[in-house]
Amino acid sequence: MAQAQPAAGKPRPKFLDLSQIRLPLPAKVSILHRASGILMFLAMVWVLYLLDRSLSSAEGFAAIQAYFSWRIVKLALIVLIWALCHHFCAGIRYLFLDLHKGLDLKTARATSVAVFVVSIALTIFFGARIW
Amino acid sequence: MVKRIVTGAHYGSRDWLAQRVTGALMAVYIVILLVVFMTGSPVSYAVWKDIFAQGWLRVATLMFAASLAWHAWVGMRDVVMDYVKPDGLRLALQVGIVLLLAGYLAWAVQILWR
Repeated sequence: MAQAQPAAGKPRPKFLDLSQIRLPLPAKVSILHRASGILMFLAMVWVLYLLDRSLSSAEGFAAIQAYFSWRIVKLALIVLIWALCHHFCAGIRYLFLDLHKGLDLKTARATSVAVFVVSIALTIFFGARIW
Repeated sequence: MVKRIVTGAHYGSRDWLAQRVTGALMAVYIVILLVVFMTGSPVSYAVWKDIFAQGWLRVATLMFAASLAWHAWVGMRDVVMDYVKPDGLRLALQVGIVLLLAGYLAWAVQILWR
């Protein structure tokens, strides 16, 4: 399809150089909320497999335990833990925003910082526990 | 202000609400599950199995899985609508996502009640 011309006449300016765009903090929370959601969607099959195998029998449980002695597997799980923590914290922030709480710029920036601080702290906490 | 004639179609508000309600439900479940794990650290098969043998936790986990399927459907549909422009590909991806999530939900039931 040809480039759609907006009704107003002049084409909208487009600037999509990702290396040049400086996203404000709340926008970073937002795009990572989306990215972490996609990541968890893709990882669902892995998590279901782990749950299935570990609950199937004592042998299955032992196999999964052995599987998690691999550093790379632990690392993958930590990435997933981060995705969940970020999605969780950002999600709670969005629930408050939907209720029109914390909409002013100062609060919105502060809660964005809080999302990063809390989700990274939780990732370190749970990551250390499984390492 | 846009005046809409309501004809029985919905304009996304139901999906919007469903995503938030399922999100809140899942948040509660995750906190409960963490408490369960903290109180009985699942380091052996017997403990791990007993945790998921509890009837209430099975039901709660099923509700979590159903919420997750619905939540992920709305989210992934939004992602597909944002980035995939060709109609055929978009429809195919959306159908694929629905089938995948439905399959995962059935798998979760199978895991919980084997």
